[in-house]
Parts: sequence; structure tokens; C-alpha cells
Amino acid sequence: MEQPLYLIPLFPLIGFLLNGLLLGRLGKKTISFIACTSVGLSFLFGLKFFFDLLSLPDTARIIENVFFTWIPAGQFHVNVAFLLDPLSAVMVLVVSGVSFIIHIYSIGYMHDDAGYGRYFTYLNLFVFSMLMLVLADNYLLMFVGWEGVGLCSYLLIGFWFEKKSASDAGKKAFIVNRIGDFGFLLGMFIIFWQTGSLDFKTALDPAVAHSVFAVGGGMITAATLLMFLGATGKSAQIPLYVWLPDAMEGPTPVSALIHAATMVTAGVYMIARSNVLYMMAPATMAVVAIVGVATAIFAGSIALAQNDIKRVLAYSTVSQLGYMFTACGVAAFSAGIFHLMTHAFFKALLFLGSGSVIHAMAGQQDMRYMGGLKKRMPITFWTFLIATLAITGIPGLSGFFSKDEILWKSFSSDYGSIWIWLIGLITAGMTAFYMFRLVFLTFYGEERMDSHTREHLHESPKVMTVPLSILAVLSVIGGYVGIPHILGGDNRFEKFLEPVMKGVHHSVEGEHALASAAHNGSTELILMVGSVVLVAVFIYLAYHFYIKNIAAAGKLRQRFSGLHKIIYGKYFVDELYNAVIVQPLVVGSKFLWKIFDVLIIDGFINGMAVIIGDMSTGLRPAQSGILRTYTTIFLVGVIVILGIVLIFG
Amino acid sequence: MIPIGHFLILSAMLFAVGAAGVIISRNLLIMLMSIELMLNAANLAIIAFSRMNNIVDGHVFVFIVFAVAAAEAAVGLAIIIMIFRNRESINADNFSLLKR
Repeated sequence: MEQPLYLIPLFPLIGFLLNGLLLGRLGKKTISFIACTSVGLSFLFGLKFFFDLLSLPDTARIIENVFFTWIPAGQFHVNVAFLLDPLSAVMVLVVSGVSFIIHIYSIGYMHDDAGYGRYFTYLNLFVFSMLMLVLADNYLLMFVGWEGVGLCSYLLIGFWFEKKSASDAGKKAFIVNRIGDFGFLLGMFIIFWQTGSLDFKTALDPAVAHSVFAVGGGMITAATLLMFLGATGKSAQIPLYVWLPDAMEGPTPVSALIHAATMVTAGVYMIARSNVLYMMAPATMAVVAIVGVATAIFAGSIALAQNDIKRVLAYSTVSQLGYMFTACGVAAFSAGIFHLMTHAFFKALLFLGSGSVIHAMAGQQDMRYMGGLKKRMPITFWTFLIATLAITGIPGLSGFFSKDEILWKSFSSDYGSIWIWLIGLITAGMTAFYMFRLVFLTFYGEERMDSHTREHLHESPKVMTVPLSILAVLSVIGGYVGIPHILGGDNRFEKFLEPVMKGVHHSVEGEHALASAAHNGSTELILMVGSVVLVAVFIYLAYHFYIKNIAAAGKLRQRFSGLHKIIYGKYFVDELYNAVIVQPLVVGSKFLWKIFDVLIIDGFINGMAVIIGDMSTGLRPAQSGILRTYTTIFLVGVIVILGIVLIFG
Repeated sequence: MIPIGHFLILSAMLFAVGAAGVIISRNLLIMLMSIELMLNAANLAIIAFSRMNNIVDGHVFVFIVFAVAAAEAAVGLAIIIMIFRNRESINADNFSLLKR
């Protein structure tokens, strides 16, 4: 089916151009009107096309729109073309919907900022790029969006560029992402080299893929691993996760939108999109699962000891992204996307809630100076609590369904193992602990801020609390689209995505076994209850340490002071990277600059100039300007030449 | 009949006088005249060879040289007059503006 899909990304582009070109000439009201309306229109068109998609029969749910031919060069043919299938439809709705809510919220949050117009310009450009990324029907156009969101991420992290730490964080994000992008590009080259096309329709057709790649062969493993490197950069996985915690230097709505809900999930989307290729490379799948689950527990443990409210959430994001990759790695792509969606709701809500807190605290982000905000900011508190319950996986809220789906799949899938499940489970416990630690430190207990801040405390304006409430509702109900079979649902979300996950159904006969396992499994129920109990225990622990018996937390910290120091210092990964990668590069560059460039290259060029200059000075007296001298020399020359000819000729 | 050697010696002497005039004299007018002298020394040599070999080609050449010399003298004199009008001098040593 053909529909004008370009309408979805068009409006944010128009908003970007309007706000960008008329920067400094528009009033704040006009700016926010343009920005919010454009994203809202995107969302509405997304909804329209989503319903068009739903009206099609299950197997034919694809809407295409070839906008124009971009690069026609012999064999290499790339269109600017859009593709809406169930997967990209989910992404489009999540991206434009959450973006719209966060745009509204930003009106309140950024109200007094001098860079108001610039902020919304960047935000619109981001939405445009992100929609290009998820709507693209080939890898190259996807890469355009991929780079576009990277650029916007850089611009918005360094939004307050007068602050050195912010501009440094922006650069760090950009450079770390470049490393990943290089992997993505190389992976793309291999795919084009082997299949002769970058279109999803061709390159990701199981028949084509199976005809050019051997299952488990070196070429497919290399391609998928390289693309996974790209995903680790964009989605902040080990080893390239280091930029995301620093990215919290940007405005909080940006952290919510780009660094929690949408952009960082691009890697998950890309892998789910390429599931046909990934399913053909079991080695890569194992790497994805292991990296995912390792990142989940690694980042989760760092979050246990951080004091900055946004940093806790940042590490939590890294950890949750790890869950999504774990899901992809155990061939449960739908579960990964499901968690991506629910995570977008509750993590955006958590960030916006923390933004509301920071707003009230006049910029203070350290939880040690908060406390007791429950009564001061009731709406923020309740919405925040809902999101916390959702992320910890309390039954009935969205996070429960998606997280348990992942845990169950990592236990039961042919690609999973009990170890992955166990680590995932421990991470779920950690999540419960650090999230409730955050809630207790921020909203309960005594008020630890100074008196000036205390007087200033206030609930945020409606323009901020209404978005919070909407996201809270979504955080609760978001999970009901994918109720697992075991709880009497029929997992409509997974069914909806099934046509896209061709790789899973093409190659794995085990899928049927897996489905039947899901049906007969009382195991699933036991695991589910087990994880809920574990989460409850950890919530109680947090309650014990941060409300009931505050002194115990201090004692515990002292007893394990070495461990605490390591975790508080984020395992010193930044320091390690600095010593192993950054410093050698700096030293090498200094050598090239001071020795090679200044001494050798400059020396050579300057030396040539000096030699020629000296020679000219030596020869200049010959040009006396006196006619008779010239004539004499001329005559003598003629005589000498004639003499030579006469004598030797 | 006068042997060819005599002509050539005379020609060489005239040429030497002309060359010396160009080199020694500082007066532009004299330098121009010396150049004419050198041209005519060359003409003399050409005529002598032409006569020795009984070929008229040499005569033709000499006429061309005359024409060129006349033209050259006209242009040269014009330049000298202009220089004199501007600088009130025709001393070649004063005109070394191109030195630097």
C-alpha cells in the first residue's frame, strides 16, 4: 500500500527551519507553538497511518512511500523512501508521542532560559532525524537519521556550552558515537557487498540473505558484529556506554527525550529491524546477549551508589537498555521492542519528574540535599512513584510485563541460558533498590536543603505536571498491549510485530517448542512470582536503609568502604579509558605536532624559503641597472661562446 | 680585386669600434650611433661574402637590415627624446630605475 508517509517527518523539519531561520525574531509563544504543533501533527499523521496499517490484513501490513531516487549509481541504488510496518509504526508512535509530551513540558522547564529558540530548534531537528531513522526503508537513509540524532544529541548535551563540563560532555558523546558509527558503516558495506542492496526489502529478505550468507559464516558474523558495535555506541552499551552518564549535562527534558526514551533505543530498533541477519549469526547473538546482560548488571550496580539524581537515572537507562539487548540476543526481539516502548514511558516520566524536582530545588541535583519533597510536590511525587513502580516491575504496571517477558525469554529461549536469566534477575533486584533509594532520599525523610531553597520550593506549573500525568497513565496501561499467555492474555504486541520478525520464524523451529513451553509452563509462573518476591525484598531493603534505619546505611558503607569506593567511582572505567586510550592519543598527537609537524614539515618548508631568499640576496648585485654593465656581460658572453664553438666545434 | 680578408678585417674593426662605443659611452645618442655602426659592419661582411660567391641574396639581406636599422633608429631616437624631455638628461647611467 502506498501512502504519503513523508508527511510524518515533514512537519518537524518545517518547524526546525522556521524556528532556526527566524531565530531571535520570534516571541517565546510563537516558538513553542511552532515546535509543539509540528510534533503534534507528526503524531497525528503517525496515528492515521497506524490505523491504515491496522486495517490491512496481518500478512500485508506494509505501507511504502518512495519519495525520490537519491543515489542512482550503477549497481548502487538508494531511494529516499519510507516504510511503515508494525515495527516502525510502534517506533513512530513512541517517538512522536513522547516527543510531543516532552515538548509541552519543555515550555515550562525552559521558560527562563536565554536559548529558548535555539532549544526548540534543536529539539525539532531531533524529532525529524529520529523519524527519518525509524521510517527509512534502507540502511543508508537510516544512517542519515542515525547521524542526525547524534548531531542533535551533541548540540543539546552541550546546550549550555558556556559550562566547560557541558561542552566536554557533548564532545565526548560525539566522539564515542563516532567509534560506533564506524562499525555501523563497515557493517553496511558488507551487507551491500554481499547482497548488492541496502533496501530492507532486499537485504533483509530471508530468501536473499540465506542465498548469499552461510548461517553462522564469517561474513554474516562480521557484518552483524560491526553493526552491533554501532548499536553499542548509540545505545550506550559496554564498552561504549561512557558517554551517556555525562550526557546528563544537558537540559533535563533532553535527557528524558534523547538520552532515555528515544535516541538511545535506536540501536535496539536497528537490531530488531535486522533480525533476519542476526538470526543467521548465532555467535553474534551470544555476544549481544552477553554484552546486554553484562551492561545491565554493571550499570545497575553503579546506580546503587550515585548521589546525583540524574546520574542514577542515567545508569538506570544504561541498565534497562542492557535488558533490551539481552532480549534481542536471546531472539526475543519483540520483547526487546516491548520493553523499549514501556521504558520510553516510565523513564521519560522519571526524568521529567526529576526535572520537576531540580526545577523546584533551583538547580540542585544532589539527593543528599533533598528529602521530604512528598508534601511539597504531590503531583511530581505520585507520578514519580508510579514510574518507579513501573520500572521495578510491580505487577500490573507496564514495566512488569515487558521485563518479565525478557526474563522469561532469556530463561526459556534456545539462545538463552539460566545464567543470563539469573544476572537479569539480580539486576531487577538492584533496579528496585536504587530506584526506591532515589525515591526515599528525594521525597521522604527530613528536608536537608538550606533554608533559602526550602522557601523557594513549589510544585511545578501545569504545563509541566500535565505531561507528567499523561506519562504516568501510559506507564500504567502501556503494558496491557502485551499480556503474556500465562496471565490469560494473548500477547497482542508480539503478534503485531510478528510479520517483521521474519528471521525468528524463518529459521527457528524451536519457536514452536518455545511457544508450547510457554503454554505448558508453570515454570514461567514460578519465575514470575520469584522475581516479584525478589523485587519486594529489595524494596524493603531500600526502605530499611534509607527510612527506617538511616544509620545502618552509613555503617554498611563503612564496612564495605573499598567496594563502595569502586562503585561510587563507577568502576573507574573513565579513568581506565583515559589512561589506555585518551592519554596515548594525546601523547602521540603531541609528538606529531611538536616533532613531526613543527620540526620536520615546517622546517622543510621554511628551510626552502630561507635558501631561496639567501640565494636571491647573493645574486641581487648583478642587477645593477647600469646599461653598460649589461652590454659588457652580453658581449663577453657572445665572445666566450663563439670562442668555445671555434675551438671545440 | 680586393681579397675578401680585407673586407672582413675592416668589418671586424668597425664592429669593434661600435661595440666599444656602446660599452664605453654614457651618452644614449652615441650608443645608438654605435649600434648603427655595428649593424653596418655586419652589412659589410654580408656584402663581401655575397660578392665573393656571386649571389645576390646578400644584397637583399642588407636592404632588410637597412630597413630594420632605420626603424630601430626612429624608435630609439623617439625614446631618447622622451627621456630627455622627462629627465633633462641622456646619460645612460642615470637610468637604473629597474635595479630594485
